[in-house]
Amino acid sequence: MTARPRAAADRRTFIPLDPSLAPPGARAFRDAGGIPADQWHADQNGETLVPTHCCFCGVQCGMYLRVDRGGKVFGVEPRNHDINRMRLCPKGINAYQQVNHPDRLTSPLMRRSREEEFREVSWDEALDFTVSEVERIQQAHGKDAFGLLGGASLFSEKTYLVGKFARVALKTRHVDYNGRLCMVSAAGANKLAFGIDRAGNPFSDILLTDCLLIAGSNVGECFPVMTQYVWGARDRGASLIVIDPRETAIARTADIHVALKPGTDSAFFTSVLHVVIEEGLTDENFLAAHATGWEEVKAKAAEYPPSRAAAICGVPAEQIVQVARAFARAPRAMAWHARGIEHHSQGVENCLSVINLCTATGHIGRPGAGYGTLTGQGNGQGGREHGQKSDLLPGGRSIANEEHRRQICEIWGIEETELPPAGTSMMEMVWQMQRREIRGLIGICNNPFVSLPNYRVVKEGYDAIEFHAQFDFFLSETAANAHVVFPVTTWAEDEGVMANAEARVVKHNKAQDPPPGVRTDTWVMCELARRLGAGDKFDFPDSRSVFDELRVASAGTVNDYYGITYERLEETGGIAWPCPSTDHPGTPRLFEDGKTSHPDGKIHLQAVAWHPPMDPYDDDHPMSLTTGRTVAHFLSGNQTRRLGALVEQTPRPWVEIHPSHGFCNGEPVRVVTRRGSEVFPALVTEAIRPDTVFVPYHWPVPTAANALTIDALDPRSKIPEYKVCACRVEHAERIDEVPAPPVAPGHVAYPQTQVSRTDPLPPTAPQGRGTSERS
Amino acid sequence: MMGRTIFIDPGRCIGCQACVSACRECDSHRGKSMIHLDYTDEGHSVASLPTVCMHCEDPVAPCAEVCPADAILVTADGVVQQADTTRCIGCANCVNACPFGVPKIDLQAKLQMKCNLCYDRTAYGLAPMCATVCPTGALFYGTVEELQAERPGVQVADTFVFGETEVRTGVAMVVPAERVQWPVPGGLPVVEINGKDVRR
Repeated sequence: MTARPRAAADRRTFIPLDPSLAPPGARAFRDAGGIPADQWHADQNGETLVPTHCCFCGVQCGMYLRVDRGGKVFGVEPRNHDINRMRLCPKGINAYQQVNHPDRLTSPLMRRSREEEFREVSWDEALDFTVSEVERIQQAHGKDAFGLLGGASLFSEKTYLVGKFARVALKTRHVDYNGRLCMVSAAGANKLAFGIDRAGNPFSDILLTDCLLIAGSNVGECFPVMTQYVWGARDRGASLIVIDPRETAIARTADIHVALKPGTDSAFFTSVLHVVIEEGLTDENFLAAHATGWEEVKAKAAEYPPSRAAAICGVPAEQIVQVARAFARAPRAMAWHARGIEHHSQGVENCLSVINLCTATGHIGRPGAGYGTLTGQGNGQGGREHGQKSDLLPGGRSIANEEHRRQICEIWGIEETELPPAGTSMMEMVWQMQRREIRGLIGICNNPFVSLPNYRVVKEGYDAIEFHAQFDFFLSETAANAHVVFPVTTWAEDEGVMANAEARVVKHNKAQDPPPGVRTDTWVMCELARRLGAGDKFDFPDSRSVFDELRVASAGTVNDYYGITYERLEETGGIAWPCPSTDHPGTPRLFEDGKTSHPDGKIHLQAVAWHPPMDPYDDDHPMSLTTGRTVAHFLSGNQTRRLGALVEQTPRPWVEIHPSHGFCNGEPVRVVTRRGSEVFPALVTEAIRPDTVFVPYHWPVPTAANALTIDALDPRSKIPEYKVCACRVEHAERIDEVPAPPVAPGHVAYPQTQVSRTDPLPPTAPQGRGTSERS
Repeated sequence: MMGRTIFIDPGRCIGCQACVSACRECDSHRGKSMIHLDYTDEGHSVASLPTVCMHCEDPVAPCAEVCPADAILVTADGVVQQADTTRCIGCANCVNACPFGVPKIDLQAKLQMKCNLCYDRTAYGLAPMCATVCPTGALFYGTVEELQAERPGVQVADTFVFGETEVRTGVAMVVPAERVQWPVPGGLPVVEINGKDVRR
């Protein structure tokens, strides 16, 4: 690319920035909301536009769903919401196609053993069978022998209910959720350093920064709409630093791209800090006034001179110096990170090393200066706040804290002795299932057969349990292995709130009634609770009534939602918590007064020492395997692998490999790790480190990246080490084929959407097949 | 270039294909996308380039010029419309004539398909679908003044050269500042037709 002229200071004077207009690029656009559809749409459906948000990632773009006169969702229209200003990514544009999709589950499925086929049964039969199995297992083996796993694509109301259902109806300690595979390292680091778990700054602050550092986040593919903020900052003269082993779409044009070896992030950031200290670029006044633990951090940083880090990270030492100078000398600098540094056995340390850097340079809590984490799931932020995590109660309260327990017991109307203690993490629960300590499980909104690491262990664990029920609107690979499947609503068939990566709470509106036979997750949980004898604690006719209890349950906590109401959300387009009263404007930016949520108001810095990844390299496994997402698919792919346009864009996974290994593009390549081996077509590209291969993880076995990854956990956050394990690559005869997504008995996966699935070739680029490469 | 038009900035493109999906949502051609998205640096980088109809201005759009059925109309605002379905004979002359490779033929319907700059949307002051959703602004809709107000120093070109033929277009492209005085090379010059050397 051509060099862009740098004249940061001059440019700013020319561009006034009104954050209410941010981000730029679409301010001349008109929103279709006010135009009667029959005036301009060729298709005369008597349609209405329902304002809502996307169901997918943590950006939570606003969108309209187009609803026809029969009350059915049939399309999408961009919406001028200030998060996304009409922008949408291909997932968001195609999201509406899930709602009336022929693969939808419309009747409960049941079988008494896994050898039987599923049969469609009535709601009563499925609910009664589930309750009798819960009671049988808990009577024989104790309350904790039954587990519950939630998800962070649920509305916050439902995540609140997951936690309450586990503790009050099932009375089990074993509850956790799939955010354990996503956000917990960032959450752990945030809690340690700041005492509050959320991004420090709103997206719009990116437009005000002078130096933007993005670590371990393929923003162009995983949060595409955030890219406009990145470019908005660059248009104003900001420099961009990207830390990623692959040259992603945003790394390609970055001012500095550090292509480090997977699993070496904390060594890199601590070394950057080393240079910052050496060159006297620290903000000593800020540190003295606002931080504790600086001396320890400083001593540890002294052990990581650039020469040492360069050897660990496989990058030039000069680049470390370059990053240190660019970040520390910028009047305002910001760091954002995602799973790339979090999915590690040292995920919490990696995040802490970024926080140390931001704090040492004084880039915290100012417009354009700060620290943020990019949540992967739509409700990745909200999903972790209200009690579905094994060690947390609503309002981010700790289940180990006597005072917190007492408060929640009072709100829930139970005795403190009835409230179970902390449970274990999602992967640990699977190990407990293998050991038969957990014998029954209900899963809500997750697909661990694709999303958990080391598939062989996961399958063994799930196969070992005596009873397994799953809630979903499509039959996921995990649900297809269950005893009971409850058909529940999509996001467009119920209302509720989600909190995006900025901790801004947004409201999703109901666009259509659920198809006949489908119930809301709220109804199913309340109905199960009623049959388990806890009906009086689960009298929730709708999301609104759950939200009202959630508001009360979070009042006065760090994660205060009390001042947020559905009406206010509809008026404002979103409010960032904490919001303690109904006249409080919310808190888009944290730490503006220099105070964290710790009792002493200080940032508690933590010294970080790097250690090698858990899967050791040897002569048989000399390379790194790293995994991640592609733009057309979302997480375990249960939703996106059924949408024709997205399957057509990216029909199958591939292995991305550097040309130095001598493979041809499209050639079958076997990727071997200590857990297993699979064959993918090679996408040969110079845009990846020669010692690293990449496989996207959205597909099930036999094309599952997670059949190869290691189930090693961070000791504190218990996040699996998805982003690095040792592997080798070999020539192979033929590629493994992508299976069709599972469907209910008597159905075939909607054939029109599956046409390109068996294409044996890799996509043209990681973002998909070019339009001329399609039939 | 037209007053209010699309500007393409391939430097910003992340290759996500939101434009391709968005085009497919348009009511007049639901399920079919008119946008071309190419990964132009395959094997080396993830660079990508969206192509919409360039709405050629000078002398008249080549597709319209060669249409034997006079099916391709150019409206007064400079928008080269999709072939009129009552006239189009699906002969694909336009496909062959277009220097940018834009029109497609729907083989089943035997009709041409081409971007008309979302005429139904722009007539109501809405931006075309592709430029509305583009997450990066690689496809920008507006005037050149609006573009330059948001992206200081940005330069655009609306003249492309193919061999010795120059084409001026209604849609413009962001180019490196030092290249703005020259027409953008649109493709390789034609050297041979039916075995005959046509280089002079």
